[in-house]
Amino acid sequence: MIKRILTVDDSKTMLDMLEFTLKGAGYEVLQAVNGQEGLDVLAANPVDVIISDINMPVMDGITFIQELRKQPQNKSVPVLILTTESGQDKKDQGRAAGATGWIVKPFDPQKLLAVINKVSPS
Amino acid sequence: MNEMDQFKQTYFTECEELLADLEEHLLTLEEDGSDVEALHAVFRAIHSIKGGAGAFGFDRLVTFAHTFETTLDLMREGALDTTPENVELAVKASDILSDLVQAAQNDEDLEDNYEVEIGNELAKLSGGEVLPPVADGEDDFDDDFDLDFTPVAVGEAAAAQAEAPAAADGDEAPMRTYSISFVPHANMLARANEPLLILRELKELGTVIAKGDASNVPGLDALEPEDAYISWTIEVITSAPREAIDEAFEFVVDDCDLTISVDQEPEAEPAPAPVVEEPPAPQATATLRKEPVEEPAPKADAPKPNAKEKPKGGDKKTAAAGKASSVRVDLDKMDRMVNMVGELVITQAMLVQQGEKYPDMVRGLESLTQHTRELQDSVMAMRAQPVKSVFSRMPRLVRELSSITNKKINLVMTGENTEIDKTVIEQLGDPLTHMIRNAADHGLESPEERVQLGKPEEGTIHLSAEHRGGRIVIEIMDDGRGINRDKVMQKAIEKGMVQPNATLTEEEIDNLILLPGFSTAEQVSNLSGRGVGMDVVLRNIQNLGGRVGMRSSPGKGSVFTMTLPLTLAVLDGMIVGCGHQTFVLPLANIIESLRPHPNDVNIMAGDPNKVVLSIRGEYIQLIYLHRRLKIPDAIHDPSKGLVVVVETEGGNKVGIVVDEILGQQQVVIKSLEDNYHPIDGIAAATILGDGKVALILDVAGLMGMSSFAPAASADQPQQQGAVG
Repeated sequence: MIKRILTVDDSKTMLDMLEFTLKGAGYEVLQAVNGQEGLDVLAANPVDVIISDINMPVMDGITFIQELRKQPQNKSVPVLILTTESGQDKKDQGRAAGATGWIVKPFDPQKLLAVINKVSPS
Repeated sequence: MNEMDQFKQTYFTECEELLADLEEHLLTLEEDGSDVEALHAVFRAIHSIKGGAGAFGFDRLVTFAHTFETTLDLMREGALDTTPENVELAVKASDILSDLVQAAQNDEDLEDNYEVEIGNELAKLSGGEVLPPVADGEDDFDDDFDLDFTPVAVGEAAAAQAEAPAAADGDEAPMRTYSISFVPHANMLARANEPLLILRELKELGTVIAKGDASNVPGLDALEPEDAYISWTIEVITSAPREAIDEAFEFVVDDCDLTISVDQEPEAEPAPAPVVEEPPAPQATATLRKEPVEEPAPKADAPKPNAKEKPKGGDKKTAAAGKASSVRVDLDKMDRMVNMVGELVITQAMLVQQGEKYPDMVRGLESLTQHTRELQDSVMAMRAQPVKSVFSRMPRLVRELSSITNKKINLVMTGENTEIDKTVIEQLGDPLTHMIRNAADHGLESPEERVQLGKPEEGTIHLSAEHRGGRIVIEIMDDGRGINRDKVMQKAIEKGMVQPNATLTEEEIDNLILLPGFSTAEQVSNLSGRGVGMDVVLRNIQNLGGRVGMRSSPGKGSVFTMTLPLTLAVLDGMIVGCGHQTFVLPLANIIESLRPHPNDVNIMAGDPNKVVLSIRGEYIQLIYLHRRLKIPDAIHDPSKGLVVVVETEGGNKVGIVVDEILGQQQVVIKSLEDNYHPIDGIAAATILGDGKVALILDVAGLMGMSSFAPAASADQPQQQGAVG
């Protein structure tokens, strides 16, 4: 079963790089450029893992996670926050919202795949 | 192009947009420091630039962006006020950021310490660390990008990971036994963290003995299905370092009570006897040694309602199911499409011409024509962008000018959303900057002078854009002193641009300042007036197939008008015949065409080469196309042929003598420079419906070839910019 991952980031560069790494590892990749779009994608497409940026226009990552955690079908989907802020406060905010874990940008592809495997083993 | 280059390209395109956003929102902040939205947008832009820069190893850019971001973050959180001084600093920092991006893009080295001064000021504000003096290091990893780009450390976990294999490889890697007590908090599962997955991860490190304690699981009536109740006692026997164990619990440390102790410290020197008989298998093949994970009480700790329910019909292309409001397309691809549409226009014209012979086809051809036109319009619309992207740089410029010249200037902008071809926009920046400078420097008076003249102290520059008759018109209007025509005339005569006894209309005098080498600035300021100036503007605009004109009323101000085509790829043209040749005259230049009465055509006394035509009391010079281009079999007498009256960017009117008008048609511009070489008086070429090549006339160039015109633009024949 091919796993499907939703990536949410307002940076096209980041989305491209995630897609390249994830597709290379055999994942199916969905993309959204902000939290709102992420929710829209989720409404139509169940996913196995969600990777989301924090700072985004329209709807930020924290709100996005809070919202998706309210939805029964997304309660137990692992959500990784992707952020350059390694500071504890961002992680805490993310965790409070319901994030499973985090990846610090710039990400190392191996590490990224390892973390995904950690929260959603193949 | 490998992936990395592609990502980089995407990144720099993104940076361009982000920097424009940054600038726009900083401006908003300058006007209103309390605009939280703008502050957030500024932060996000810097943040995104930094994020990408990190991925490509642009260390210098990252360091500076980080310092910048830290300061902005404090402003965002309210710890630092958005005072005008602080915003001003942010504006300066955004300039540096922009330079650093550009340096990274062009792979240039900025001078060492280029950003240090501003960086330190930012750091001072945020109380952060002072920027180290940096010389950009080589990006040593991005060239051999394969799968693992930037091996940038991801916190300590990555460091641990980097260490782990080394330890595992060494023969001496000592075995240790870790005893772990792991008591998940009730809410751990709410973040989709799974105790079983952690056990699984530990298992990959070595041998795991785990015991679940289900004693806390309540009765069904009290059971909260989403809470965790089971706690664990785990023993891990492994050669992996402590960090690897920590990493397994990385995401849950704050959601559980965790104690990890090492039972067996590795001895210093002698290789310890292995505790376990079987060799440790750090890879995934390791099996649980004994009592596997105790099956927890009826799955109480991890009820996962729909987690394993896999999407059905997943093979459908659902990736695009999310809203996609825009698509990014490579400009090259767009250009190719524009060119193909151009070819289609030619083919369509050809078919229409042939189709006259086949009446049955007329209707089909009519709809083909209509559809081609629509297709062309929509392709052009895709390339169109609002002029805002150029206009938005101007407020900043004006502020700078205002402080340099000590003049009070109010910039009013209208029509920023007017759309125009991207290639045109890209080349609009310089001319516009120059003209605004000019207006601020030469146009507007000093505040004192203005007050004396009874004008408001603050001068106004009005920048506007609008669509007018298939072209875009950009006007720069100031309410300054206007043009001193006497002074201009005097100067023009001094410079030999105009004969001392010539009589010029007011408009002609005004337009003299657009000529090369003309500058009336009494002293050369560092703003404008270096003699290169308006003529450069003129040339840039002409290269785009546009025109520059100006009107002025002394004491009241001046208006510069730039008229530009909406696109560089096609042109509405009038097809004229001269002898056996066919030419295209840009429709935009044409005022009227007529067959004059022989009495209206007069040879100027003293110059047999100069023939003028009198139209409604106005005299205009005639240019005989056949003479200029040496066509033997053309009609020589204007009263037997036709005169097409055209106007140049300078506002000069001339009549071009041709044999006949053959029709009016949209033509696709083919560059002469690219395919042949430039020819005086010819702007470009095109292919007509019958497959023949026709030359597109350059009206200003033709005039330049005449002995009459004061070298209006003789040195740059292409009046129409050309797109191959």
